[in-house]
This record gives sequence, C-alpha cells and structure tokens, in this order.
Amino acid sequence: MKYAYYPGCSLHATAKEFDASSRVVSRSLGIELEEIEDWSCCGATSAHATNHFLSIALPARNLALAARMGLDVAAPCAACYNRLAGANKVMRNDKEMRRKVNDVIGAEYHGEVTVKSLLEVFASVERERISSQVVKPLNNLKIACYYGCLLVRPPAVTGFDDPEQPVTMDRILQICGAETLEWGYKTECCGASLGLSREPVALRLVHDILRMAVDAGADCLACACPLCQSNLDARQEHVNRAFGTKFKVPVFYFTQLIGLAMGISSRDLKVHSHFVDTSKVLQAIG
Amino acid sequence: MRVELTGRRKERENLLIQVARASGQNIAKCYQCGKCTAGCPVAVEMDIPPHQVMRLLQLGLKDEVLDSSAIWLCASCATCTARCPRDIDIAAVMDALRARAGREGRTRSAKTIALFHDIFLNAIQKHGRVFELGLAINYNLKTGNLFKDADLGRVYFTRGKIGLKAPKIKGGDEVRRIFQKVKQMEAGE
Repeated sequence: MKYAYYPGCSLHATAKEFDASSRVVSRSLGIELEEIEDWSCCGATSAHATNHFLSIALPARNLALAARMGLDVAAPCAACYNRLAGANKVMRNDKEMRRKVNDVIGAEYHGEVTVKSLLEVFASVERERISSQVVKPLNNLKIACYYGCLLVRPPAVTGFDDPEQPVTMDRILQICGAETLEWGYKTECCGASLGLSREPVALRLVHDILRMAVDAGADCLACACPLCQSNLDARQEHVNRAFGTKFKVPVFYFTQLIGLAMGISSRDLKVHSHFVDTSKVLQAIG
Repeated sequence: MRVELTGRRKERENLLIQVARASGQNIAKCYQCGKCTAGCPVAVEMDIPPHQVMRLLQLGLKDEVLDSSAIWLCASCATCTARCPRDIDIAAVMDALRARAGREGRTRSAKTIALFHDIFLNAIQKHGRVFELGLAINYNLKTGNLFKDADLGRVYFTRGKIGLKAPKIKGGDEVRRIFQKVKQMEAGE
C-alpha cells in the first residue's frame, strides 16, 4: 500500500507529533507514505469562508501533484482531508469549475485520485496485521474517541463512517486492547478557529466535550485533527480558568495511541509534547 | 399602510437565484423544521439562528442576513447539512453568504473573525503555506490584543512546535496566480 502523503501546515508545526506518529505507525503497518513534493496549504476554513473558487483551486493544486505521482492521497489532518476530498468531488463533477481551475494551476486534473483520511487508510488494514504488532495492549485504558466535524461531515464528502455515530477509530483502538467509551459528544464541534478569533465561544464548546468525556469515565481522548487537539489540550487550562473546573485529561492523536500499543518509543511518538501531562496514561500502559 | 408587493417579489427572486448560484443550494426547499438550529453548536451566540437565516433569505430580506453576526459565527461544522431533512447544504449557504458579506465589506458584526480569515489567506498567498507564528503575531497586532495566547505560544515554542522561519515553496507563483484569479473574478462581478 502506497499513498501520496499530504501533511498540511499544522503537521509541520504545532502538530509535529501527529506527523511523526503517522509516519512511524504507517511504516509498521506496511503503509508507505510518500510526501507530496512542494505541497501548498489547502486553504482550510478561511478559503471556503471567503471564495468558492479559492476553496477548490488551493486543494486542487495538491491533488494534481498527487495525480502526477500516480498515487491516491492520504491526509492525517481531518481539516485538510475534508478540503481535499471536497475539492476533489467538485473537480470530478463540475466541468466549468474544472476548466477554470486547471487553467490557473496549469494542470489537466479531472478528479482521478481518491482522497482518504489516514484513519480510513488504517481501517483498510487487515485486523491481524494490527493485532499481531500489539505488544503493549492498552488494557487499562478507557478512551473517548473524539471525531469532531470534518472527518465525518458533510457525509456527501466524507462518507466512510456514520456522521452521527462513527466507530472507525473505536474499532482500531479496540484492536489495540483499549476500552473505547460510548459517549454522546463524539462528533460535537470544538469551535475550530473560533478558538483564535472568538475564544469564549470555543471554550464553552471545549468545556462541554471535556465534561462529557470525563463523566463517561475517560482516562484520555483520542482525536484526528490538529485544531481539535489544540483546542482540547492547549486551551484546557483556559477552560479551567473560565469555568472553575479542574480538567486534566490528556488528548492524544489516535496514531500516538496505536504506536504506544505497538511498543514504539514515546519519544518517537512525541507524547511528551502535549500541554496536559500524559505521564499517568503512559504509566497505565506500562 | 401600502405594501409594495411586486417590487419585493422581484428582489426576493433575485436573491434566491444569487444564493443558489453561489452555493448550489435551493433555499426554497426549506420548510422551517428548525433541525439546523437545534443541532447548531453556536446557535445560542448567534443574533439570528440558522433556520431564521434560511427564512429571511426566502423572504428576500438580504440586509438582515448579510449584516448578521450569525454567518461569521458559523464554525462550518456542517451538523446542519448532515441533518437537514430537505437535503440542503446549509453550511454551503453560510459560506456563500460570508463570501458575499466579506466582498461587500459587511463585517462589522464580527470583525475579529473576518480579520482572522484575511490574515490566514494573506499568509498562504505570501508563503504558499501557513506560518503559524507569523499568523498569531499578525493577528494580535491587528486586534491590539498583543498577549492573546502568549501562554500557549511559550509552551509551543519551548517544545519546538513553532518554527521561527516562514516556510517557502517552489510553486509559490502558482499559488499567487490562484489569488490573482480570485481578484480578477471579483472585479468582474
């Protein structure tokens, strides 16, 4: 299995641990990731909130680069995945937009690659391939899998899991020995970039997600989006200050938890780079 | 009171056509069940909740919608889209409304949010990728809130998660061409 790898901007900066753990775990699972050379930003929310053409053309440049590699795309970041997959659909179906975009990016792209989130790629790996590599099962760990918005919505773009009750991440972490929790906020929004531009709104949403996870008995959260991770982890202290709470819930990328179960060193998975102390969870795994 | 019905009808039809063209969605299909508002995580902060945005559009009340804070507070989570029993992509409608409000300079109700998008896109235009440190500094300078998230920045920095140098890509000109095209298209409208 070989994919054109699209890390996106956050994975080269504030979400370095998502990049590192995605690469090392993929290698162990026999998934080859070849980074798209000279990739550019997908435009994220700011592009689609500003101009429709921009929101298609920015991702399309990267899709055209992947097509030249002759590979399908794997993107760990939920937001990048969503933008790439959404733009791909438009490039496939909207003739007029396709012509305009190709004209500007100097390509002949027709939507021929498939865009997958890395979670979806992992879900296509045979169960035994994962279970045979689990040397430190996550037996003592109760995990609240948090999917957020962009992995599962809108279903016309994503479609690999249920938009209200997704299970892909739960199933993979169960193979790693963890107990994944039934809880109601798997797909509630964390506020995304409102964390920067209207923080009080995001803090309320983050507070509610943490409250639900803790009440369900979670030792930690697992997620697949750098913006979700930073809102839930880095802003957790801001939530505590605003609401008088005492949350100390570690928030991992799902790739880090799989890696820990596979016995990959915590340094390679960069599990010490989070804001909320992760050592308790690491001790539980042993 | 005399109410000018004919003129209003025309205005209303025009708006429906414009929104349909920009978003690919047929607003007339909405039957006001309110499911979008019920699931919206930010509806409580909005001046006009999502189902009322749809109704105001149906009535042709353009200014009420384009000047609302609701279209900027929308976090693009697409819960409304996923749940709409009429299969309207409401998040796409919000995008189209924001784009138009932004073009017409109607950002008074949510200046910092519009500013954030501007700075984010400027970073892409300049570097091809987003340079998070530059983005944060720029945003804080322009909002006058110099120390917003300084506590987070410090931790990110000490853990080597913030680069000090802006990224550079070879295809920078291709990315800039995309932005130029956007300007041309908007000028031609």
